[in-house]
Parts: sequence; structure tokens; C-alpha cells
Amino acid sequence: MPDRVNKAEITCTVNGETLSLKAYPMARLLDVLRQELRLTGTKEGCGEGECGACSVWIDGEIANSCLVPVLQVAGSEIKTIEGIATGEQLHAVQEAFISCGGAQCGICTPGMVMAAVNLLERTPHPSETEIRMGLAGNLCRCTGYMKIFEAVVRACQATGVKA
Amino acid sequence: MKKHLIGRPVPRKEGRAKVTGQARYVDDLVFPGMLYGATVRSRVPRGRIKGISFGEGIPWHEFTIVTAKDIPGENYVALIAHDQPYLADGAVNHSEEPVVLLAHPEKYLLEEARRAVQLEIEALRPTFTIEDSLNKKEIIWGEDNLFKSYSVEKGNVDEVWARADFIVEGEYRTGAQEQLYIETNGMIAVAIPEKGVTVWGSMQCPYYVHKALMALFGLPADKVRVIQSETGGGFGGKEEYPSMIAGHAALLAWKSGKPVKIIYDRAEDMAATTKRHPSRTRHRTAVSKDGKLLGMEIDFVIDGGAYTTLSPVVLSRGTIHAPGPYFCPNVRIRSRAVATNAPPHGAFRGFGAPQSIFALERHLNRVARAIGLTPEEFRRRNFIQPGQTTATGQVIRENVNMNHLLERALVLSDYHAKTARFARENSGQRRKKGMGFASFMHGAGFTGSGEQYLASVVELEATPQGRVRVLAASTEIGQGTNTIFSQIAADALGLDYDSIEILKPDTASVPNSGPTVASRTCMVVGKLVEAAALGLQQTLVGSGYLPEGYTPAGFERACKRYIESHGPLKSSSQYQPPPGIHWDDATYYGDAYGTYAWAVYVAEVTVDTVTFEIEVNDFVAVQEVGKVIHPVLAAGQIEGGVAQAIGYALYENVVWNEGRMFNSQMTNYIMPTAVDVPPIRVFFEELPYSYGPAGAKGLGELPMDGAAPAIVNAIENATGVSIHHIPVMPESLMEALAVTEKAVERA
Ligand code: FES
Ligand code: FES
Repeated sequence: MPDRVNKAEITCTVNGETLSLKAYPMARLLDVLRQELRLTGTKEGCGEGECGACSVWIDGEIANSCLVPVLQVAGSEIKTIEGIATGEQLHAVQEAFISCGGAQCGICTPGMVMAAVNLLERTPHPSETEIRMGLAGNLCRCTGYMKIFEAVVRACQATGVKA
Repeated sequence: MKKHLIGRPVPRKEGRAKVTGQARYVDDLVFPGMLYGATVRSRVPRGRIKGISFGEGIPWHEFTIVTAKDIPGENYVALIAHDQPYLADGAVNHSEEPVVLLAHPEKYLLEEARRAVQLEIEALRPTFTIEDSLNKKEIIWGEDNLFKSYSVEKGNVDEVWARADFIVEGEYRTGAQEQLYIETNGMIAVAIPEKGVTVWGSMQCPYYVHKALMALFGLPADKVRVIQSETGGGFGGKEEYPSMIAGHAALLAWKSGKPVKIIYDRAEDMAATTKRHPSRTRHRTAVSKDGKLLGMEIDFVIDGGAYTTLSPVVLSRGTIHAPGPYFCPNVRIRSRAVATNAPPHGAFRGFGAPQSIFALERHLNRVARAIGLTPEEFRRRNFIQPGQTTATGQVIRENVNMNHLLERALVLSDYHAKTARFARENSGQRRKKGMGFASFMHGAGFTGSGEQYLASVVELEATPQGRVRVLAASTEIGQGTNTIFSQIAADALGLDYDSIEILKPDTASVPNSGPTVASRTCMVVGKLVEAAALGLQQTLVGSGYLPEGYTPAGFERACKRYIESHGPLKSSSQYQPPPGIHWDDATYYGDAYGTYAWAVYVAEVTVDTVTFEIEVNDFVAVQEVGKVIHPVLAAGQIEGGVAQAIGYALYENVVWNEGRMFNSQMTNYIMPTAVDVPPIRVFFEELPYSYGPAGAKGLGELPMDGAAPAIVNAIENATGVSIHHIPVMPESLMEALAVTEKAVERA
């Protein structure tokens, strides 16, 4: 149990900043981000890898942070929703989520944005099927996904002004 | 004075906070010295508590432990009836019933401790089905297991059977459904015996929680404060249950003297909180040979679970919607909400109507077939017309034209060409395609005299800078309350969108504008926002500070001058029923709703007759909802509701095991994903409603009603197989196909 296990020192980069943190090796990355680093934009929807509300990038790959023991990210580069906008300037995907109505209650939105931006970095002009597949790991109970698909399409149209 | 915001897709008020991860939900809040709370549940569906013991190996002295005997006030969740305890005391009536509460600063230890609490419960014989409850195998609630029953009588249904050319009967069932908001239920409480109780959390109805906490702690209204945090979806699932969690967190806080946070994990949320009521509907319908409805007899039963909660109201809405948007001179509806030893079922978008409308829209296809008409022609002959009366005797005064909605939906979905083509191409194919539709309506606002009892209030307050604040208890739960209230207030006052602020619902500062349920926020509360805005304007005009044709700058000057000489500038507005509305609760007769939204939905499906997979390939949703305040938000409501209803029809199967949800995980309770949903194509007809803000009606629940029957009608069209229950899981389709094949072989 955690009180019988020692905390380990883990160095990683979060949103461009190199940090060294003390955490129980098996602590979930999700909890370390939310509780230790107070980066609460990453959400927990299920804790079992199904909903994608906890999506972050680890070395450029999208991952469910509820399934990742923090030890595993030692030396890695992590990006969370807090690192997507550039200062006050929103990312084109964030802008498009606002203008297309891609966020309703907003609880899935940080994870959805992480997945959508990741998709566009890999596939700048995705087909509809690619958009659907790219977001298949992120559940949204509010929107029925239509406005989220629209937002992704609008964001690639706006790529020229992408932050 | 400009009016330009209503009808335009202005950006969501709190959109930026949501897309950047800055919006604060309850689990994002941390208080110094905060403890975490956990709930020990009965695990036995029905029984008597004989003892509670605390196992070895846990430092119990570090824990705050609360049982029923620690409750300072009343041990019931105040809602309609007072039968549901906060903590079981003596008896348990379902297997998720809370018995003991624990709090500790360390979450992991809390979980170990929860498992170490042993409850000794003497089991009694439980009841799990509607039939067992109706047959009174055991009396588990009251004298007869009935939470509520209604009967509606119109004309004389007893004399139609003799002269009917056709009599068609059928029985239909719907399963439980989990709301599955992505943010689970959660609350934080601070409770200090001398000072009172404050809670923050995810909720739809701050004043429901307020009322419940007053009773639980025996405190006056001003000693209880309820604050909504950003709420990650509700769909009805955060209508009543937040009162329970808020009470639990507050009891632990009261005893420990520390702030306490309770956040349910997904499994606990799915298993223990309310779900949609399972239902059984029986229809007996008399029709003339020219395809006119002569009489309808409807028997509608819902499973309420172990306690009353909102079942009487869910039953009421299901009952009133059971005969659909059709005219029938003779109608009898008998409806009952029964008790079982399942966790209480509760509010879920649609609120009883999706159940009874599923039954009706499946049944009418059966009736049409029996008399040899197409489903569309049979409905055309029976749609209710302006001037005709509903089953409760309500005269339809609005200019509804269901025929037009049907025509439009059939054209937009290419229904006729596709049904003809599929009929030609399906034979011999493994994958069969089909089209189906459903016609329906949904009453906006509370039923009957409900809105009069609520007597909701909204306040507006202007600042010297000419900014206007809206004070209402209506919660933003994703549906767009903040945005549409801003549009309505800004247009009424001729101001910019950004000069309107919406105050966070906090019972210490906002008046009671009623619960955020029943598709009432835009139409009922929005109308109050509009009226209060006009009141504010009148005050300024009356005081001589605001000239005709003023500009926003002129408005600001007027506010400043008014406040300097007269003090705070406020305006409030209270609900007044539209003229000519009458409702009699005793006879269940009269104007059930001020108005209705009307719709026709069409589904195109593909059924794989080997793997029994069902895909929805296209979905057309045509509806008349009055003036659309915000086209993007409105379409978003319809699309989201349709997706939930697709889940209801095809995927979302609550598996019960001795009254417990067996599949309380997202891994095995499946909701639609980005790859499952078809294109959902949304079309609005706008007939302004005089008593809604700028002519708007309610639309939030509507989309939940019609998609499931449209899909199952399409499955029938594709395969010839008639299925009478949802969800249609592959195994039930397999069975139904096998039965039909046998019947064909025999013939
Ligand atoms: S919380 Fe990680 S996938 Fe749901
Ligand atoms: S916006 Fe609510 S879950 Fe996606």
C-alpha cells in the first residue's frame, strides 16, 4: 500500500516545462496531473480506459491517463489541455469547438480536443471516416458527435490561421 | 434599439472555459483539510439490518463514521413522498441502499475501510418484476406496492368494441437506461452546527437539494446554501440524486467538522443512482374499416424501484403522452407505478414519454398492417387537428400540422424511393435495409398545474456600468441556459450579448426559478427572463432616464443615474399561467401542457441477418418547436437526444442480477460512440408560441421520444420481424428472426 511503498522521484516534461515530482510509482498519471500539478482540465469519466475524458499526449501519442502509472512517463513529454492554447490565443480546434457547438456540458471536451488536435497533427485533412475513427476512443453523451465532427472539419479549413 | 441575437448562433457563454479546461467541475475543487467520503451499501435487495461491525486492520479511530442515528433532522430525502431514508435504519429495500458513511483524508484507505464494514442483514423475499409487484407476491411498499395510479377517460371506450371493424392488441416493453453523463455525481459539503450547511456540486435543481438538506438537518432556509458547480451533463440523472449525495457529504462534514467531498466512481454511479424506469404497455385498439381510430385502451406500467422518488410525475407524463399526436374519440388509460427491490428509478430525458411513445408507435404499425394501410397513410387519417381534443380533453389551439411534418420528413429522408428500392433489393441478401418512422409530440413545462405550484421567479439586476445580471436557479448543464438567457435578456433590452452576465446558481443569491427539467428552462424560465428585462426597461423609462430609441451607451447612463438617485436597480418576474389554461388533478382532465413540440423522425437501418448487428445509416429529425432561439444549440440538443435514443433502442442494456446492475461499467454497458452514430439531420419548423420568449417552446426532451420506435419500425421494414421491446440486442433479434422463419416454414 502506498504508505508502505516509497514515493519515487520522477522527471518529465509537462506542457513544455520540465518537472521533477515525487509520486507513488503506481499512482495514475491522471491523479498526479490533477492533484499534484493541479492541472484539472484533464477529467475522469470512467477510470477504466473507456471514455477518453482523461486523454493526454505522451510523447506525441494520445493516451488515457487513467491507465498510465506515473512511473511509465519518466523522461517523457506530456501535453494536457492546458498546453493547447498559446497564451490567450486558442488553437484552431478550440475555436472551432466554440463556433460549431462541439462543447455542450464540456466534460468530454478537453479529452475530445486533445484527440482532435492529435488527429490533425497526424492527418491534416482527415476524411469523415478518419475523423470518426480518430475520436472513437472519446465518448460524448451530449452532442451526438455531429457538431464535434463539424468542428474538426472547420478546424482543418482554418489550418492556415492555426496557432 | 437593436434586436439581433435571437435566432443567431452566438458563441456559448462559457465555451472558452470549457474548451481550455478552465471550467471548474466539482471534482476540480479542493478545500483545505478536506476529507473524502464513501458509502457502505446494503448489498441485499430486501431485509432487516441486524448489526454493523467494523473489521480488523483498519485504523477506525482516524475515520468519521456516520449511521442513521447521527442524523440531526429527518431521515428522509424530501421530495414527493418521505419514504426514502438517507441512511437505512432497520430495513433495507434495495441492494444499493446506503447504510453507513465513512470519511478519511486518504482515498485509498477509505476504499479498504469501506470493504471492511460488515453488515449483518436478515434477508427477506424480494420482488424484481412488474408482474410480481402487480400480483402482490410480496407486499414490499405501502398496502399494494403501488406508488401511484392514474386513470384517464374520454368518451365511452366500452361501447366501441362491438362496432369496430378491427381490434388490434399488443404488448410492449422498454428496459432501464442509464443517463451516463460523463461527469459522475459528486458533492462537497461544509457543515458547522452553529453556522449551517453549504454544499457545492453537480446538479440540475439547487432548490431540490436545498429543501432536502433543510429537512435532513432541521435547519431554516437561510442556514442552508446550495451552489452549483459546472455540471458535466445531467439528462435527469442529476435531478433528484444530488439531494442524496449532498446530504451524505453534509452529514460527514457535520460530524467531522471538516469539508467532505464525495465523488462517485463510474461503477457506483451507474449501479446506485437512478435510471430510466423500465415499462410495460398494453394496447387494445378499435379501428373502423376506413382506418379511423375508434377507441384506445392503454394499460401503462412503470417499475419505480424501491422508493417513490419522482415516479408519480414520470408516470403522469408517460400517461398523458401514451395516446400520441392522434385524435381518438374514446380513450381509456390506466397507469400504475409499482415498487420493486431495485434502486429507485428516476428522471431521464423524456420522463415516461419515451416508454409510452415507443409502445404506441410500434403498435400503430401493427394496427396499420392489420387493416391493410401503410404506416404513413394510417397516421395521416388520424393525426390530431387544431380544434380537436386530446385524451385529457385539451383542445388543440395551436396551428399544428402533423401531416406537413410527416410529408417533409418522408421527402427529406427519401422514404418512398428507399422503401421501394429496399423491398426490391433485400430478398436473398444477408444484409437487409429498411426505413421506419415515428410521429410524436412532447409537452413543454410541468404537467397540469405544476407550473402554477412552482410559481417560479427570476430577477434581473443592472449595474451602474450598464451591465445586466440574470439571477435564476436554472442550471447550465450543457444545454445552453447561460447562452439563451443572455440572448433573451439582451434582445429584450437592446443590449450586446456581452453586457449580460448569468449568475451561477447559488441559493444564497438567486431566487427559486424552479428545477432545470421538463424542457421548461427556455420556454418558462426564459419567458420570465424576458419579462423581467422588460420590467427593468420600464423602470428606467418611467424614471425618465431612458429615452426612446436608446443606445447601449444611453442605457448605461440611465442605469448609473437611476442607481445614484434610487439605489439598486432590480426587476423580478413571476410565472403566470397563459390565459384559458385549466387542469383538474382529481379527474386528470384539462390542459395537460401549455403547449407541445411536434415531430416526425425517420430512421434508415441495415440489419445483418447473420451477425445480428444493426446499424443506423441515416436519421432525419423534423420538428416544430416554436421560435428557435439558437440554431446551433437547438440542433445540438436534437442530435444529442437522438444519439441517446439510438443507444436506448439498440445498445444500452442494463443487466440485472438480484436487483443489482450487473454491468455497471462503460466496458459492458455500451453507449453510442463516434463510429456508431449515423448522420443526424435536423430540421426545424418554427410556429411562434405566444407565451414563450420570442415565441420559443421547449425542445430538450423531445428527441428522446421518437428515435427508438422509428428504428424498431425500420428493423421490421427491413426484416419483416416484429420486435416489441427495447433494447434490441443481437440475441433478441436472433430469436425474433428464428421465430419468424419457423412461422414461414409452417405456412
Ligand atoms: S477516465 Fe480514462 S478513459 Fe475514462
Ligand atoms: S459535451 Fe457533455 S459529454 Fe460531451
